[in-house]
Amino acid sequence: MSFEPRLVGFLCNWCSYTGADLAGTARMKYPPNMRVIRVMCSGRVDPNFILEALAHGADGVLVLGCHPGDCHYAEGNYKCRKRLPITKRLVEGMGIEPQRVRLEWVSASEASRFSEVVTEFTEQIRVLGPLKLEDWTFDRAAADAQLEHN
Amino acid sequence: MGMVTIRIDGKPIEVEEESYILQAAQTLAIDIPTLCWYRYINPYAACRLCMVEITDKRGRVRMVTSCNFPAEAGLGVRTHTPRVLATRRMNFEMLASRCAPAPVLVDLGKKLGIENPRWGWGEDTCILCGLCVRVCDEVVGAQAIGFAARGTSRTVTTPFEVDSEACILCGACAAVCPTGHIRMEECSGREIVHREITLGPNAAISVPFRQAVPNAPRIDPEYCVHFRTGGCKVCAQVCPMECIDHEDEERREEIEVGAVILATGFQDLDPTPLKQYGYGKLPNVITSMEFERMNSAAGSTDGKILMEGGQEPRSIAILHCIGSRDEKHHPYCSRVCCMYALKFAHLVKEKTTAEVYQLYIDLRSFGKGYEEFFQRILTEGVNLIRGKGAEVVPAPQSRRDEGPLLVRCEDTLAGRFREIPVDMVILCTALEAQQDAKETGRKFGVSVGADGWFIERHPKLGPVSTTTDGIFLAGACQGPKDIPDAVAQGGAAAAQAMSLMIRGEVEMDAACAVVDEALCSGCRLCNELCPYGAISFDIEKTLSLVNAALCKACGTCAAGCPSGAIKGLHFTDQQIYAEIEGILS
Amino acid sequence: MAKPKLALYWASSCGGCEIAVLDTELKVLEIADFFDIVFWPCATDFKYDDVRAMKDGEITLTLFNGAIRNSENYELAKLLRQKSVVLCAFGSCAADGCIPGLANFTTAEEILRYVYEDSPSTVNPEKIRPQTEYAVPEGVLSIPHFWNTVRNLSQVVDVDYIMPGCPPQPDQIKLVVDAVIDILKNGKPLPPKGTVLGADERACCDECPRKKDVKTIKKFVRPHEIIPDPEICLLEQGILCMGPATRGGCGAKCVNAGVPCRGCYGPPANVRDQGAKMASAIAGVLDADDPSEIDAIIAGIPDMMGTFYRFSLPHSTLRRKQVRA
Repeated sequence: MSFEPRLVGFLCNWCSYTGADLAGTARMKYPPNMRVIRVMCSGRVDPNFILEALAHGADGVLVLGCHPGDCHYAEGNYKCRKRLPITKRLVEGMGIEPQRVRLEWVSASEASRFSEVVTEFTEQIRVLGPLKLEDWTFDRAAADAQLEHN
Repeated sequence: MGMVTIRIDGKPIEVEEESYILQAAQTLAIDIPTLCWYRYINPYAACRLCMVEITDKRGRVRMVTSCNFPAEAGLGVRTHTPRVLATRRMNFEMLASRCAPAPVLVDLGKKLGIENPRWGWGEDTCILCGLCVRVCDEVVGAQAIGFAARGTSRTVTTPFEVDSEACILCGACAAVCPTGHIRMEECSGREIVHREITLGPNAAISVPFRQAVPNAPRIDPEYCVHFRTGGCKVCAQVCPMECIDHEDEERREEIEVGAVILATGFQDLDPTPLKQYGYGKLPNVITSMEFERMNSAAGSTDGKILMEGGQEPRSIAILHCIGSRDEKHHPYCSRVCCMYALKFAHLVKEKTTAEVYQLYIDLRSFGKGYEEFFQRILTEGVNLIRGKGAEVVPAPQSRRDEGPLLVRCEDTLAGRFREIPVDMVILCTALEAQQDAKETGRKFGVSVGADGWFIERHPKLGPVSTTTDGIFLAGACQGPKDIPDAVAQGGAAAAQAMSLMIRGEVEMDAACAVVDEALCSGCRLCNELCPYGAISFDIEKTLSLVNAALCKACGTCAAGCPSGAIKGLHFTDQQIYAEIEGILS
Repeated sequence: MAKPKLALYWASSCGGCEIAVLDTELKVLEIADFFDIVFWPCATDFKYDDVRAMKDGEITLTLFNGAIRNSENYELAKLLRQKSVVLCAFGSCAADGCIPGLANFTTAEEILRYVYEDSPSTVNPEKIRPQTEYAVPEGVLSIPHFWNTVRNLSQVVDVDYIMPGCPPQPDQIKLVVDAVIDILKNGKPLPPKGTVLGADERACCDECPRKKDVKTIKKFVRPHEIIPDPEICLLEQGILCMGPATRGGCGAKCVNAGVPCRGCYGPPANVRDQGAKMASAIAGVLDADDPSEIDAIIAGIPDMMGTFYRFSLPHSTLRRKQVRA
């Protein structure tokens, strides 16, 4: 079976979340791989959320916010724009391809852009392959087996 | 002081005791000639022309100068008896023998029946009435001029006959001078305050422009004599309603309000950087606002459409979309230009015989009655060319007589390039957001879009309110709009503000950020994050606190709080973690 | 009545936590007096078999320090869990993984290769490595298995309480010991499971005496590059101080000495990933809007991963670096 990426999208309530709705009502096609978490602003996206998503099996995380200058809250997207680069460095520092985390600007009216971004990101992650976190969970059975053996 | 009744030429009049006869006579519209009397200056009785005959309460009959003779009970005054007239004529003829025939004297002579004074006319244009000296002393308070010498060599001059530093060049002396002996001239290289000379500062107190709101005069303290010498205040004496208060000054007031309507409007794009249109370089290339001003009856040309030289233009090109619908400047449509450009064409056709060329990209005559107006313009012989004006250059010598300006454009309907010689070019410049819109927005917690216009709460459902409760938008500060739209939005903003005020309380969104005081370490990393200034630092508790009334629940602070002390209600970390786990399980 | 039994154990640790216990000075005597110390390999001679011989739950309290680095650590963690009523992760290694946990930025294979082959002081042309089992005539000799990933205590066994710090400050240890004695003597209820003992709810900044103002960061510097103002918040001076994202309780010892907080008390109560939280906090106040400028400032953070995760990598969200062969 071909690899279907599992993606998490953090969507700003005022732009991309509405853009996603519009893409739906306009019957635009985009891959079903992204699961959406609505936040009020891309500025709410804590790097913790991104790491948490990757830790829990997401193959990629997409953060969508309002275009620079268009933030509903004046400058939340600028905060996001400052946090994302450092988050990508954290992700890279953890040995994960930084391309698995992406920030894009999609306005409420850009339904086609929304579907393009999601399609493109899905394809990119498909090429990168699944994110398998080595040794993330503690393999109790293996550890116990070592003890038996000794 | 009590009131007394006197009779002038048999007519009784009640006046203040010790007020002067001349004023009482003027009240009764009895004409008494005078050259040295002025309403706001103390009487001086220099010209001796205001002679009247009186009978005092003891029955004595005397000749007196009416300008400085105080009224007393029972006083009888006769102003036109043969004796009075003879005395005035004699005094006039003696004055004339010394003074040059200034118009004011010639006119007065005619009134007194003297065409040719028996000793002829003298040469001095100064009649030594002393008005100038007294106005300078009493009204202006500068005391810059005075009388010098005595008898026949008496003159009015500055001390030692040199330019006086005490003179503030207000021009009051020249204004009161009846013969024009004193003229304001450039002296000492100092600026002359009153170029048009009348008593009372004309530049220092004026209505800024005819449509000013409030339509009331204001004093310019830089030019007002009172603010320079502490004297004058003539305007306050003149004003019958006692409106003028020289002690009033600009002050800042703090007003507590429950709602604010932002109506900061737009600014006009400055077309100077768009060099291709030659604005500021070529003559008779003007902006639409300047053309409007010219058309105003109160404007610089009294409403006439004139070129710089004062002649009527033979042809005018109106260039649409200057800086708007232009990716290099503003991508948006300024929305009002098409219709006002059509109005311009109509005005030109109405006022002149000039040929009008409209150079447009698209004509957007949306709105009630607009298309009909456009259809009407089509019948008025206006040349409509679909194609944006590309550039305005000086016409080559060969075509100069057709018009000194050459407008180049592509006529996209005819499919050819055109060069149109015209006398005048009107640039329909873009409506721009105010330069300081961002700062204003930050002050009021209103977002500003990429183009600088304030962002409304919702483009369809909240076009008047903003994301900050109690802040409303009206007019072009929210985006380019024409007058009816601006008026409609203004009305809506006022209504929304009113409904808020009547309720007396604000409903807040349950979603907001809260600081868990048990967890906040007071590191202050969140303090600058809030675009609404909702986070403050409590110095006593050494904690950062969120003002729930200002918070808009964007959550930036919650994401940025390093100790997890800020909780974004309805979007808490725990809720989002649960969502992440849920959608990935 | 028999004395309550106390065990102290060190897994993968430096021994600092044991020293911290001794640093409680006279309190140690009180501990020795109140408790029957049944297991403390660092201080007294006990055998693992002594513990194995105990009944389940015979030990009242075990203070377990050190990370779980190998199978021996794991075995003892399991054993002590089984024998203890209360198991307390004592110190940053047991709580969050701490310095041994930095090994999660690499792999067991890399470590072994370096230590037994590549290190400049090693001469090992045959590339011989220790075997976990080796047959000798007398039988099979074994040494513990070296794990690829360091764990904190709570990832391998059920932990009742956590007492963070590298090491936990002696003053805090005294307070906790007093509280434990009070509970045991007077039959008071235990705090809820999972409680963090001997530390604050708030972050380290709460204890920091430096003056704090609104923050904007233009550039990061290392402490030796500037002479920091002793009165002002180090972060405001561009020194990456982990204080805002670190649980308080230490008395802000480092910042008082002019050194930025390293983060040894681990993340504050509501924070999952200390490094990511710190990253989020400082990124938000960077004094730049231009993406390349933002990148340049972030690139100027010295040893970003080591700074953010110095004490908490095994207990962070992603737990270790993914090292692809």
